[in-house]
Amino acid sequence: MKTFDYLRPADAREAVAALAAHPEARLLSGGTNLVDLMKLGVERPELVVDVNRVDFGGIEAQPDGGLLIGAGVRNSELAADLLVRTRYPVVARALLSAASGQLRNMASTGGNLLQRTRCTYFMDTTKPCNKREPGTGCPAHAGLSRELGILGVSDACIATHPGDFAVALAALDAEIRFETSDGPGSLPIEEFYRLPGEHPERDTTLPAGAVITGVRIPGLPYGAVSTYRKARDRRSYAFGLATVAAAIDVEDGRVRDVRIALGGVAHKPWRARRAEELLIGGAAMREQFERAAAAELAQATPTEQNAFKVGLAERLIVGVLTELTELRDETEPPESTDTTAPTGPTTGDDA
Amino acid sequence: MSIQELAGTPGALGEPLPRLEGHAKVTGAARYAAEHTPSGTLYGWPVQATVGRGRIRSIDVEAAEAFPGVRLVITSANALRLADAGDGELLVLQSDRVAYRRQVVALVVAETAEEAREAAAALVVRYADEAPDSLLSTTQPALYAPEKVNAGFATDSEQGYVDAALATAAHTVDVEYATPALFNNPMEPHATVARLVGDRLEVIDSSQGTSAVKASLATLFDRDPESIRVRAEHVGGGFGSKGSPRPCVVLATMAALMLPGTPVKVVYTRQMMFALAGYRTPTISRFRLGAGTDGRLTAISHQAYSQTSTVQEFAEQTAEVTRHVYAAPNRLTTHRVAALDVPTPRWMRAPGECPGMYALESAMDELAEATGIDPVELRILNEPSVDPESGLEFSSRHLVECLRRGAELFGWPERRRGGRPTDGAQGRGRFLTGAGVASSIYPAMTQVSGATVTALPEGRYEVGVNATDIGTGARTVLLQIAADALGVPAETVVIRIADSDLPKASVAGGSSGTASWGWAVTKACTRLRAQLDQGAPLPPEGLSVTVDTTEEVGAMAERARFAFGAQFAEVRVDLDSGEIAVTRMTGVFAAGRILNPRTARSQFLGAMTMGISMALHENGELDARFGDYANHDLAGYHVAVSADVPAIEVVWLPEHDDALAPMGGKGIGEIGIVGAAAAVGNAVHDATGIRVRSLPIQPDSLLGELAQRGR
Ligand SMILES: Cc1cc2nc3c(=O)[nH]c(=O)nc-3n(C[C@H](O)[C@H](O)[C@H](O)COP(=O)(O)OP(=O)(O)OC[C@H]3O[C@@H](n4cnc5c(N)ncnc54)[C@H](O)[C@@H]3O)c2cc1C
Repeated sequence: MKTFDYLRPADAREAVAALAAHPEARLLSGGTNLVDLMKLGVERPELVVDVNRVDFGGIEAQPDGGLLIGAGVRNSELAADLLVRTRYPVVARALLSAASGQLRNMASTGGNLLQRTRCTYFMDTTKPCNKREPGTGCPAHAGLSRELGILGVSDACIATHPGDFAVALAALDAEIRFETSDGPGSLPIEEFYRLPGEHPERDTTLPAGAVITGVRIPGLPYGAVSTYRKARDRRSYAFGLATVAAAIDVEDGRVRDVRIALGGVAHKPWRARRAEELLIGGAAMREQFERAAAAELAQATPTEQNAFKVGLAERLIVGVLTELTELRDETEPPESTDTTAPTGPTTGDDA
Repeated sequence: MSIQELAGTPGALGEPLPRLEGHAKVTGAARYAAEHTPSGTLYGWPVQATVGRGRIRSIDVEAAEAFPGVRLVITSANALRLADAGDGELLVLQSDRVAYRRQVVALVVAETAEEAREAAAALVVRYADEAPDSLLSTTQPALYAPEKVNAGFATDSEQGYVDAALATAAHTVDVEYATPALFNNPMEPHATVARLVGDRLEVIDSSQGTSAVKASLATLFDRDPESIRVRAEHVGGGFGSKGSPRPCVVLATMAALMLPGTPVKVVYTRQMMFALAGYRTPTISRFRLGAGTDGRLTAISHQAYSQTSTVQEFAEQTAEVTRHVYAAPNRLTTHRVAALDVPTPRWMRAPGECPGMYALESAMDELAEATGIDPVELRILNEPSVDPESGLEFSSRHLVECLRRGAELFGWPERRRGGRPTDGAQGRGRFLTGAGVASSIYPAMTQVSGATVTALPEGRYEVGVNATDIGTGARTVLLQIAADALGVPAETVVIRIADSDLPKASVAGGSSGTASWGWAVTKACTRLRAQLDQGAPLPPEGLSVTVDTTEEVGAMAERARFAFGAQFAEVRVDLDSGEIAVTRMTGVFAAGRILNPRTARSQFLGAMTMGISMALHENGELDARFGDYANHDLAGYHVAVSADVPAIEVVWLPEHDDALAPMGGKGIGEIGIVGAAAAVGNAVHDATGIRVRSLPIQPDSLLGELAQRGR
């Protein structure tokens, strides 16, 4: 393994200064993604700046009914938090559907948002990849694309943002806060993540040298009527083939408001605006859900291997909205579901 | 005193003795190969080819040699010349040819693993690369008929007239079933520590059989076998991938011989395992079945296709098992193999039987549907009275009893749904459930082995047998066998295993270990007991008896010897996602005498779990353009996790068989995976009405069809 220098700043300002002095440095939080990529040779930093001693704050209730979450809060801690579980079940469930208990104990709020794609070509330095080495080409289009993107893809890249947490955040209009050498800044999550276009090497619009300090989730009165579903190849410890984060506000059988975001289908958490527009004001019924889901996925441009994701995402949207509006009489509930009430922060796995 | 009479003695056969090394393992005290670090140990890092096929034009070793800590870089230019030991994969660094992507092209040896790794990354290798040919299909031009298939079986076999019988059959099935490349992935990656001490080569290897490693190293390096000692005290699983030496032990040994006196350690990373440890070949099985209106088979035809590499022939005996399961007058089995630009496949738990029975038992389910006969009854209808292929008598065969008992325990046929929704006729409910069944079979084999036993003063005994315990409990069961044969409590016996200095013994493979080693132990202990009972004097250094079982194994009567079983699975399919979950599983086995119910249960459970994993999760994803199994880590290559595995019911029937080794057991390491995937696949069909004919069965296997059916 390549040797590197190691720095452990005491506060965010020091971390920002270190990044300013060494633009190629990498921040280390839980390390569950960065260290893997270093072992694979995908990341080869000269300097690693460990932010685990930086106090980014905990989980704070906001006057608007929202939450402010420090960048260092671990995924398991966040998922177990009572405020999170009651105000935004979608967040707790997204977190608990991710990775494994051990990984969630390490994974941080900031690091999770910046995890890299799981495209096998990106992770294999012996193969071309535009995201890893711009201009080398994308073998995924005609290759192993089963798990890759179907929405907003480009010729240069069909990688996905693989995470779950960010999908829930996208549904909730969260805001990413950061510190730079020019002072603090923030970005709405929809602008924070980007589509690959011609520059798949950039996952986000986070300014160079910025340190994420936290995430703010605005208040959402009907946030309690939200959930997350993840279709995957095994029932734990697998990235989503397609996922849905949704919250819905129904009154007298009509949809007053709805939030839908999709995961595992695009370079960013995909806010399903078309579906939302079609649903708002209409009847909260299955046929409407189906129409809205189909309209959203009509924009998909899948490969042969991942064409199934179109129907899958549609089914998930319909299933989640149906569940949230309690239209379905589930006579045979699953024996164990993967998104039930969160367990404690230490060992509980997601099943 | 017979073993039967001794049953009930503390620690004797049949008792659920916990594993002797269990405490050492869970406390971390047990040391695996990679955890041996004699002082001065150097670390070897294999460098792997980055092209799928071609030639090495040049390797610039200077940059790597200049790295701090680097002591040696071995390429084909300076490698020791090796003699062929019967496996081309072991002829490492002997030529500039690249036969597959990730083949070893160099070894960098340095003072720390990190230095070796970084220097390896800096090694500049230039290739003349060619497009690899790595995709198996039934029309692959590289297909050929091997002379024999694995384990020495005939490539093809034919009885009667299959085509004519099919032409006149009332019901026929003609289907193709495929399994992907599957990777053994034991928890412990392969590792070796080798050192030349004077003239003696000391090797610690993660292996399923040190006698075989010793013999291979002697041939490869042209050394006196008696100058080589190989040990494998604790092995963290193998599933066949450690059943013969792998490049790892050859690389470490070569470096150790080039650096006399210095210990050299080579440890595979998980990623390396996907190219350098062996794997189960992908298979394609074309099945043609013909049956009369009564459901009796008139024809069975199984044409199997698999792959090997260009460095070594490996011909999986996929269709061999079909020769022994069901009666039918007209029979055909064939094997064709394609030599491709891929790593050489190797054994993986129940090689041959596992993929072969997946196909046969899936095809039988299709025949049940075609004939309208219950799948359990169809199997029972076609039960043969003698081995269909050889005409030999079975030493014992209780498949029918397994099926009947399993049906009763599982709730068959009540749990069958036949594609009906679980919640009313509207089909709007979220879940579909269904149930499936499959038969299991695995040969009961016995190999020649040696053993030694010493009676010590104060009523203590020491047994030595070169068995390996790869996590199965072999060490414990062998101790029970010894205590039993000696007629003494287990606490008075100590056992030494996994050391090639002990008398030569067979490999932990083919579910034959316990029978083979146990027979030698029984023989040695029985002899010693007789000598002691006759009043032989006990000298202070002890009284030893050393035996082997050449005579006994050679004298075994000609019989068809197999263990049998029946597996039942229930699945639930989520219509919102196409996700499949196994919700229940029952396995009933007739495998002779069960020598230790605790360790036996784990073997059945583990193998059935691996069967679920094969049915729904595991998939070596080939990118044929690169000739690469691209998902080469445990995040990308999915193995079933706890959440995927329901409570599994394991039951065995009491079975007495006199035609086996004297302990009366048939071997249980592999049978549990045989048929398991078919039971799951058949359950998916029962739930959805959809036949998925290639594994794994995943959401995308179902979603398209479900949509077409308006589900
Ligand atoms: C086998 C496996 C399975 C997984 N499955 C899932 C899954 O199903 N769903 C899912 O969502 N995730 C999954 N994960 C990913 C896991 O959630 C992430 O690895 C984890 O969240 C990353 O957090 P971390 O704190 O460890 O980040 P690190 O590895 O420490 O950092 C990740 C990136 O973020 C940067 N970074 C860290 N902190 C900051 C900061 N404060 N400001 C700016 N940049 C920062 C780092 O420089 C690095 O580039 C899986 C991971 C593994 C290994």
